[in-house]
Amino acid sequence: MRTVADLGIGEHGFISGFTDEKLSLKLLEMGCLPGTEVILTHHAPFGDPIAIKVSGYTLSMRREEAATILINNI
Amino acid sequence: MAKIPKIALIGNPNAGKSSLFNTLTGLRQKTGNFPGVTMDKLTGIWQLGPKNEIEVLDLPGIYSIYPKSIDEELVINILGNPAHPDYPDMVIVVADASNLKRNLLLFSQVRDLGIPTVLALNMIDVAENEGYVINSIKLARELSVEVAEVNAKKGIGVNGLKLAVQKTLKNRFASNDGLPLPVSDELIDEIQAAFGEVDPYRSLLWLMEHDRMKMFTKDQCADLDRIMVKHDFEPKKYKSAETVKRYEFLTEVVDRCVINLNRQWDAVPVKTWTDRLDKLFLHPVGGYLFFLAILFVMFQAVFTWATYPMDAIDAGVAFLNDWLKGILPESTFRGLLTDGLIAGIGGVLIFIPQIAFLFFFISMLEETGYMSRVMFIMDKLMRRFGLNGKSVVPLLSSVACAVPAIMSTRSIGSRKDRLITILVTPLMSCSARLPIYTVLIALVVPEKNTLFGLFNLQGFVLFILYMLGFFMALFSAYIMKLILKAKEKSYFIMELPTYKAPRFKHVSYTILNNVKVFVFEAGKVIVAISIILWVLASYGPGNSMKDASDRIKIQNPNLSGVELSNKIAGEKLENSYAGHFGKFIEPAIRPLGYDWKIGIALITSFAAREVFVGTMSTIYSLGGEIDNENATIKNRMRAEINPQTGKPMYDLALGFSLLIFYAFAMQCMSTLATTYRETKSWKYPLIQFGYMTALAYISAFLVYQALS
Repeated sequence: MRTVADLGIGEHGFISGFTDEKLSLKLLEMGCLPGTEVILTHHAPFGDPIAIKVSGYTLSMRREEAATILINNI
Repeated sequence: MAKIPKIALIGNPNAGKSSLFNTLTGLRQKTGNFPGVTMDKLTGIWQLGPKNEIEVLDLPGIYSIYPKSIDEELVINILGNPAHPDYPDMVIVVADASNLKRNLLLFSQVRDLGIPTVLALNMIDVAENEGYVINSIKLARELSVEVAEVNAKKGIGVNGLKLAVQKTLKNRFASNDGLPLPVSDELIDEIQAAFGEVDPYRSLLWLMEHDRMKMFTKDQCADLDRIMVKHDFEPKKYKSAETVKRYEFLTEVVDRCVINLNRQWDAVPVKTWTDRLDKLFLHPVGGYLFFLAILFVMFQAVFTWATYPMDAIDAGVAFLNDWLKGILPESTFRGLLTDGLIAGIGGVLIFIPQIAFLFFFISMLEETGYMSRVMFIMDKLMRRFGLNGKSVVPLLSSVACAVPAIMSTRSIGSRKDRLITILVTPLMSCSARLPIYTVLIALVVPEKNTLFGLFNLQGFVLFILYMLGFFMALFSAYIMKLILKAKEKSYFIMELPTYKAPRFKHVSYTILNNVKVFVFEAGKVIVAISIILWVLASYGPGNSMKDASDRIKIQNPNLSGVELSNKIAGEKLENSYAGHFGKFIEPAIRPLGYDWKIGIALITSFAAREVFVGTMSTIYSLGGEIDNENATIKNRMRAEINPQTGKPMYDLALGFSLLIFYAFAMQCMSTLATTYRETKSWKYPLIQFGYMTALAYISAFLVYQALS
């Protein structure tokens, strides 16, 4: 299963689900809804945290958190 | 006087809530405390008309009413509990129009609680620049609330908001769609039967969040738990499903009310300023360099520019004291007023310039949106040490004062990260340590240039002391990370807002409010301690103090004038309660190279380290006749001879031993009190006091033994 953590800079995907129930509420509230497009825009130095564009704004999260967001490419 | 209506301002972080608050209330703001919690409460008066005032309450920025950190809990405690003293008559939800859908999530939750609500659409200009045109009339109809377009930064649209608020206050109309997702009627009935007839969404909030709400007793919480089990209700599932459902509805609303011009033109998205700036600020190398440069300017301001107003305050207080001593007759009251009270207040006021400068920078960094980038690039580094990207702000602030720094940890969501940040923050060298560093460095470090002639050696030692505090904070955090158990996982899901030009008005309000909090919160303690100190240093057991002046006159028949009164003051201090304490602890501090005189300074500066210099000048019995006070303390201390070795007392070993001790020791009652308030337990201030004192003692011991 691909997750947001697998994206390279400039790559995108569509959210298909979450693997962590507790984090998922926070992510949903922040606009990471199933079916929404995410684009990875930045890595912090050392590759972690990352920043993604989602629902029209930039959201940062750690790599391990990004790994709980499942994506597909359709 | 009739009760004036109360409005609460609520909105996402970065939606412009604070600037709207400032626009509405101007300078008629006051900070206070919420009952039961230590959070600063910011309220202000909004003048609607000549005889029409409204109290506006600024609530912390949140994304959803379901709290994830302590500062967010406050919102449901107020909005969820109609009996709360701060429960508002209505709410203004401030929404960032350029990110409408996400901002409306919170709006829809608040409205469903059954509180009359007005929607203030902010940053419409930003939305239009990005190609979104919002039909706010249609939006008002779709959401069945009053909608007002405002430009909080420029103060445009306040009249429209006024009308919307007046209308809503008059109608008391709370539009309510009922529950976002249906649950069984019996569940709602059962909650309402036990806790009262309220809007169904509010009853569900009680059911799901009762652990975080202070309105419920233990028994009531148990009742709610029982209801939850009986109906097989899973809050996490419900909240997630609710959020998805709300977004589905809001997507439809936004599609109907917002026209996206970009889509029609099918244009390539333009590179925004934010994208360009992020290329620099988030650059693996450039990003750090830029942050370092900002830090450098900040330190320059706090340590160089702030000295001018600080000297002025110092001189002003000294002048007032001398003047009062001149016009008042010699009495206990005069001593208490001048050496106790006014000296204590002066000790508080002197820190205002540094705190003001520091908050100027911090609020500028926050205003522009740069602070979240700092957290972003620092997170990985800080995480290794058990901290969090968000710990950067408290660590930075504590260079001025640990009290506001500890209060600023509330936004850290994970309890473990927050606790560690609180515990290590006081290791950062605060402004109260600066005068001690200055005096001691001048005493034992020669003034010459070194290291390729670039640095002044004294300045270099000062810099090293600050670095030492920082690295010790990281090191201690690392140890605590291994010891403390985490109940929950820390997370770092955070918006990176677009860059904005700072609003200087807003920055100045932030400075003003923070200075107020410092003066009244920390100030109270410092003044109280100063008075106690004065008493301890002015009185002693038995008659030994009273007889001091006679004894000195007999022992030194040739002395007169200033020299005599200095000797008498010294003798008095030695026989005061403070002096006895100093002698009492002398055996314990001898391995560090200290004598009973320094012991007095240590004891007095336990409460607040800034009194060190003052105590030193009393101990080395200074009169008020000399112009340059600091230079004189130095001279007196330099002249002090160690009775055992016959060499100068303040040599390199003692100097550095003291410097290290003051760098690490927990000598600040206000900080301990703040830690207690923020952790709601005596355990953590005790741990903080214990480990820092041990650290200080051991380090000072090693330094002294190595150097002497």
